[in-house]
Amino acid sequence: MSADATTSTGTADDTAASETTGTTEGTTGTAVADWRGVASEEQDELSEKVSVLLRARSRRLLGDLLSPHRRAIALLTGIIVVSNAAGLAIPYLVKVGIDAGIPPMLKGSGPATLLTVIGVILAAAVTQALTRQAFLQLSGKIGQGILLELRRRVFDHFQRLSLSFHEKYTSGRVISRLTSDIEAIAELLQSGFDSLVTAVLTLFGTAVLLLVLDVHLGLVALLPLPVLLLVTRWFRRQSAIVYRRTRETVALVIVHFVESMTGIRAVQAFRREPRNQEIFTRLNDDYRGANARSMQLVALFTPGIKLIGNLTVGGVLLYGGWLALHGEVTVGVLAAFLLYLRQFYEPMQEISQFYNTLQSAGAALEKLSGVLEEEPSVPEPREPEPLAEPRGEVRFERVRFAYVEEMPILPGLDLTIPAGQSVALVGATGAGKTTLAKLISRFYDPTGGRVLLDGVDLRRLDEATLRSAVVMVTQENFLFSGTVADNIRFGRPEATDRQVREAARAIGAHDFIAALPDGYDTEVGKRGGRMSAGQRQLVAFARAFLADPAVLILDEATSSLDVPSERLVQRALRTILADRTALIIAHRLSTVEIADRVLVMDRGEIVEDGAPDRLIAASGRFAGLHRAWLESLS
Amino acid sequence: MKSYLRPYVGKLVLIWLVAVLSIAASIVMPLIGKDVVDGPVRSGDSGALLPLGLLALGVGTAEAVLIFLRRWTQVGPVLGLETRIRDDLYAHLQRLPMAFHGEWQSGQLLSRATTDLSTIRRFLGFGMLFLVMNVLQLTTVTVLLLNMYWPLGLLVAASAVPIVLVSMRFEKRYIKISRQVQDEQGDLATLVEESAIGIRTIKAFGRRHHVYDRYDDAALKVYRTSMDKVRLSARFFTFLEVIPNFTLALVLLLGALAVGSGALTLGTLVAFTTMMLQLVWPIASLGYILAMAQESMTSADRVMEVMDTVPAIQGGTAVIENPRGHLRFEGVEFRFPGAEQPVLRDVWLDVRPGETIAIVGATGSGKTTLTAMVPRLVDPTAGRVTIDGHDVRDLTLPALRQVVATAFEEPTLFSMSVRENLTLGRHDATEEELEDAIRTAQAMFVHDLPWGLDTRIGEQGMSLSGGQRQRLALARAVLNRPRILVLDDTLSALDVETEALVEQALRHVLRDATGIVVAHRASTVLLADKVALLSGGTITHVGRHHELLAEVPAYRELLAQDADLDPSEGALR
Ligand SMILES: Nc1ncnc2c1ncn2[C@@H]1O[C@H](COP(=O)(O)OP(=O)(O)OP(=O)(O)O)[C@@H](O)[C@H]1O
Ligand SMILES: Nc1ncnc2c1ncn2[C@@H]1O[C@H](COP(=O)(O)OP(=O)(O)OP(=O)(O)O)[C@@H](O)[C@H]1O
Ligand SMILES: [Mg+2]
Repeated sequence: MSADATTSTGTADDTAASETTGTTEGTTGTAVADWRGVASEEQDELSEKVSVLLRARSRRLLGDLLSPHRRAIALLTGIIVVSNAAGLAIPYLVKVGIDAGIPPMLKGSGPATLLTVIGVILAAAVTQALTRQAFLQLSGKIGQGILLELRRRVFDHFQRLSLSFHEKYTSGRVISRLTSDIEAIAELLQSGFDSLVTAVLTLFGTAVLLLVLDVHLGLVALLPLPVLLLVTRWFRRQSAIVYRRTRETVALVIVHFVESMTGIRAVQAFRREPRNQEIFTRLNDDYRGANARSMQLVALFTPGIKLIGNLTVGGVLLYGGWLALHGEVTVGVLAAFLLYLRQFYEPMQEISQFYNTLQSAGAALEKLSGVLEEEPSVPEPREPEPLAEPRGEVRFERVRFAYVEEMPILPGLDLTIPAGQSVALVGATGAGKTTLAKLISRFYDPTGGRVLLDGVDLRRLDEATLRSAVVMVTQENFLFSGTVADNIRFGRPEATDRQVREAARAIGAHDFIAALPDGYDTEVGKRGGRMSAGQRQLVAFARAFLADPAVLILDEATSSLDVPSERLVQRALRTILADRTALIIAHRLSTVEIADRVLVMDRGEIVEDGAPDRLIAASGRFAGLHRAWLESLS
Repeated sequence: MKSYLRPYVGKLVLIWLVAVLSIAASIVMPLIGKDVVDGPVRSGDSGALLPLGLLALGVGTAEAVLIFLRRWTQVGPVLGLETRIRDDLYAHLQRLPMAFHGEWQSGQLLSRATTDLSTIRRFLGFGMLFLVMNVLQLTTVTVLLLNMYWPLGLLVAASAVPIVLVSMRFEKRYIKISRQVQDEQGDLATLVEESAIGIRTIKAFGRRHHVYDRYDDAALKVYRTSMDKVRLSARFFTFLEVIPNFTLALVLLLGALAVGSGALTLGTLVAFTTMMLQLVWPIASLGYILAMAQESMTSADRVMEVMDTVPAIQGGTAVIENPRGHLRFEGVEFRFPGAEQPVLRDVWLDVRPGETIAIVGATGSGKTTLTAMVPRLVDPTAGRVTIDGHDVRDLTLPALRQVVATAFEEPTLFSMSVRENLTLGRHDATEEELEDAIRTAQAMFVHDLPWGLDTRIGEQGMSLSGGQRQRLALARAVLNRPRILVLDDTLSALDVETEALVEQALRHVLRDATGIVVAHRASTVLLADKVALLSGGTITHVGRHHELLAEVPAYRELLAQDADLDPSEGALR
C-alpha cells in the first residue's frame, strides 16, 4: 500500500514530513508514514510557490487590522521619538554639566549652571519616564486590541465556514490557528514594535550624527551598509521558509495531541499508547527540527551582523587613527566616532531579534489570512428572502448530492413533504438518510437541483430564518461544558428556567435531571462526560424541543434510550409533532409508528413511499423490515 | 529538570564559557579604541597604530565567532529539553486515567504542551543567559565604581535598594497576573475546541452568535487581564529606567561638589559618569528579563501540575499466561468522586469462560461504568473485579487490556486511515484477520471507500454514517481477539437487517470468548446466554431472557416493547 499512498498524500506538510523523517527511519519504515491515510483533497498547507501571493494576502490582513489604530500609531511614534530624544539627551546633558557646569564652580562663581543642567536632566528623566510609560501602555493597548480583533475575526469566520470545510480542516487545526498562531503574533506585538522603532531611530540618528561629525570618515563607517542589507535579505528569505515550516509542524503536533486526548478512552482500552507515542515523538521531532533551523539561522545572522559591525569599528579605528595622525580629524572626533559607531551597530541586534518575531508572526499571519479568505461553501444569500410564518413544507427537486465527486450519494431525488406531515425515513445504514436530513438543514448545498422550504430555495434564506424554521437533532449529541440547563437552553437562549423545565418534562427527562446532585445546575462535564449516553441523548432532545421549529429533524434521536424512556419520548412526540413537519430517521421501527408516512431509502433513492399500514400490507421492503423487527422483539 | 539537562552538561559548560569570553571581548573592544586614541594618536606614533588596529579587528572577529558558537551550541540543549519534556508530558497524559481526562479540558492540556513549553524554552535559550550576564555586568561595574571613588560608588550601590524592593513586589503581583492570563488563555482554547468539535450542533441550531458571544466574553477577559499585565509591567519597566537616571543626576551634583572641594578630579568624574551610563541599559532590560523569568516559572508550575499528578490507575505485575476469561465482579461498588450516592454497589456477577451475559438496565443505571471496570478505565471504589481469579489490579495494564476489548457506545474514531483505526492496538494483525473482523462487523463498506482501507476517515469518523462508525468500532474490538469482549450497546445505530447479520457473525466470535453485552433491545439480549438486570445500582436478577421476561416485572418493563400495549398508539404494533 505504501508507495502509491505516499505519493497521493500530497500535501506540503505531509510530504515534507516524510522527506525529513524518511532517512532517519529505515527500521520503522513506511507504515509509520502512512498512518494518517489518504484523503481526496489535502487542505491546508500551501505550497511555497504561491508564497508571494500569500504575503500580499497577509499584508492586506495586517493593514486591515492596523488601520483602525492609525491615529494611535501616529501618536505612538510621536511619543517614542520624544522618549528616545529625552533618553539620548541625558548622556549629552551629563557631558554638558561636566564641561560647562563645573568650571564656573571651580572658579567660585557658584553652582547656578550646574544646577540648571541637573534640573534639565531631571526634567528629561521625568519626560522619558512619562513618555515611556505612555508608550508601553498605548502600544500594549494597540497590540491587545489587534489580538482581540484577530481572535474575534478568525473565530467568527471559522463559525461561518461550512461543515465541509470543518470536516477536512479538523478541530486540531482550528485550535492551532486560534492558539499558537495568535500567540506568535502576540509576541510580535508585545516586544516587536518597541525594539524596532527604538532601533530604527537610533540607527538613523546615529548615521546622521556620524556624517555631521565628519563626512569623510562617516562615509567610510557606513560603507558596509550594502553588505548588511544583503545579509538581511538573505536572512529574510531563509527565515520565511523556516518559519512557515515551524507553523506547519507545530500544527501537526497540536492536531495529534488534541486527537489523542479526545479519544483517550479508546487509546487506553486498545493499548494504543506506544504507537501514539511513536507518532508524537516523530511529529515533535519534526517540530524540533524546524525550530532548530530557525535558531541556527539566527545563530548565523546575529554574529554575522556583529562581525560586520566590529570589522567596521576596527577599520574606522585604523583609518581614523591614520587620519588623526595626519591631523585630518581631531582626536575628539575620533573618540566620538568610536562611541557612536558602537551605538550604530548595537540596535542591529535588536532588529534581527525583531525580524525573528516578525517572520514567525508573518508565517502565522499567512495561515490566518488563509482561513479568513476561505469562502463558506454554503454561503449566505446576498438578498435573503423573508419567510414570515414558516409552514414547513419541504420539497426536493431533482436533488443530486455527492461528498466526493466520484461517489454520488443522492443521484437525483424528488420528494415533497407537505407542511405538518410526520415522515419516517428508514433504510439500510449508509443509504443516505442522514445526508438527506443534512440537506434540509442546509449543512451542505446540493450539487444539482434544489431544496425548497415553503417554496423558497434554501440558498435564498438567511441563516437566522432557516435555523429558526429547521432544527436537526444530530446522531452525535454534543453537549457543551456547562450545566444541564445551559445545554437545554442552547435550543433557545432566551428561554426562562420554567420553559427549560417544561421542555425537559415534556420528553420525560425531568425525573433524571431532578435526581442529579444539583438538578438542572449540575455540570455536565467535558463534552457531557458526566452523563450517560442515554442521558445525553435526552438532553439533546430537550434542547431541540425547546427550539420549537416548524421543521424538526430527528436523526436516530432515541437510539441509546431504554425502552421505557423511548416510549415516553414517543408519547411526547405525538403531541409535539401534531402541527409541525417532522423527519424521523430511525432503525427502531417503534419510533416510526407515530409517522403519517414512511419513506424507504436505498442507495440514495426512495424505493417505497406511503402510509405505514399500506406499506406493511403490501409485501415490499418495508413489510420485510417490519417483519424482521417484530421478530427481533420476541 | 536536572535530569533533562544532564545529557547536555558538556555543551552547557561550553556555552557559559563562550558567553563569558564573548563578554570579555565586548569589554575589550572599546578599551582598544581608548588605547588608540590615548596612545598612538596623541603621541603621533604611527607604528603602534597598525598592531592595535589589527588587534581590534582580531578581537572583533573573535567576539562574533564566540557569539556564533554560543548560539549554535545552544540550539541542541534548549530544543532538546523542550522536546523531551513535551514527549514526557504526552506520555504522562496517556498514562493518566479517564477520571483525569474527564476533568481536564484538552485546551488546558494543550496550552501546557505548546505555549508553556515554548515560554520555558525562550527563557532558557535567551532570558537566563541575559539575566546572569546582566547581573554580572551590574556587579562588575558597581565594584569598579566603588573602586574609583567610593562615596559615589556607594550611592550607586544604594540605588539598588529601591530596585530590589520594587522588583520583589512586582514579582509577586506579576506571577499572579501572568498565571491568570495563562489560565484564561487555556479556557479560551477550550472554548475554541468545543466550538470546533461541536460545530454540527451549533449549526443545527443556528447558534453561531450565541457561541460567539461566549467566546467573546472569554476573549475580553483575556484582553482585560492582559491589559492589567501591560499596565503593571509598564509601571515597573518605567521605574527601572528612572532610577538610574535620577542616580546619575545625583552623582553629577555630588560629584561636582566633590570636584569643587578637591576630593575628586574632573577626569575621574568624567570616567565615573561614562561608566555609569553603561548601567542604564542592563537595569532597564532587567525588567523585561525578570518578567520573562516569572512567566517561565509560572509555565513550569503549570506543566508540573500535570506531571506531578500520579496516575490513579497503575498496572500490577502479574500476567495471565493462558487466559480463559473467567470474569467475576465481587462486591463491587463505584462512587464518582464527590458523589453522595454510589452508582454501583455490592455488584456480584460471575461470567464463566465462553459464556456471554447481557446487562440490561435503565438509562443511566451504570452499565457503562460497570463495563469500564474490566479494562480498568475506572477502578471500583470497593470490592474487586477478577479475571481467572486474578484481581485486575494485579495485572499489568497491557496484559489486562489484551485480554479485554471493548466496543464503546460512542465509536471514538480518529482521523487516520481505516486500517490504522482498526488495528489501533494490534499492529501485527494480518490481512486475513483484518478481513475476518470486517466481515464479522459487516463493515465491508470500507472496501468501497475511495482508497479502501487506506482512506482517511474524517475527524472522529465524521465522514462515515453513524452505522458505519459503529461497525468500525465493533470490527476493531473483534480484531483484538480478546478473551473477554465487551459490547456497550454497539448495535444501536444499525438497521434491523444489518443488525441481524452482525449478530449472526458475532455469535461465532462469542462462542469462544467471554462476552458482556450491554443491551436496550431484546434482539441484542438474545446474543447472550444469560441476562443480568441492573437496577438500583446493583444486579437484582440473573437468568435467562425468557425466564426473566416471565417472572420479573421490572425486566419486562425494560425490554418488552409491548409491555403496556395500547392499541391506539399506532399502527405498527
Ligand atoms: N462527510 C462525508 N464525507 C464523505 N462521505 C460521507 C460523509 N458523510 C457520509 N458519507 C457517506 O455517505 C453515505 C451515506 O451516509 P449517511 O450518513 O447519509 O447514511 P445513513 O443512511 O444516515 O446511515 P446510518 O443509518 O448508518 O446513519 C455513506 O456511505 C457515508 O460513508
Ligand atoms: N464522571 C461522572 N461523574 C459523575 N457522575 C457520572 C459520571 N459519569 C457518569 N455519571 C453518572 O453515573 C450514572 C451511570 O452512568 P453510565 O454511563 O454507566 O450509565 P449507563 O447505564 O451506561 O446508561 P446508558 O444506557 O444511557 O448508556 C449516570 O446516572 C451518570 O449520570
Ligand atoms: Mg452507557
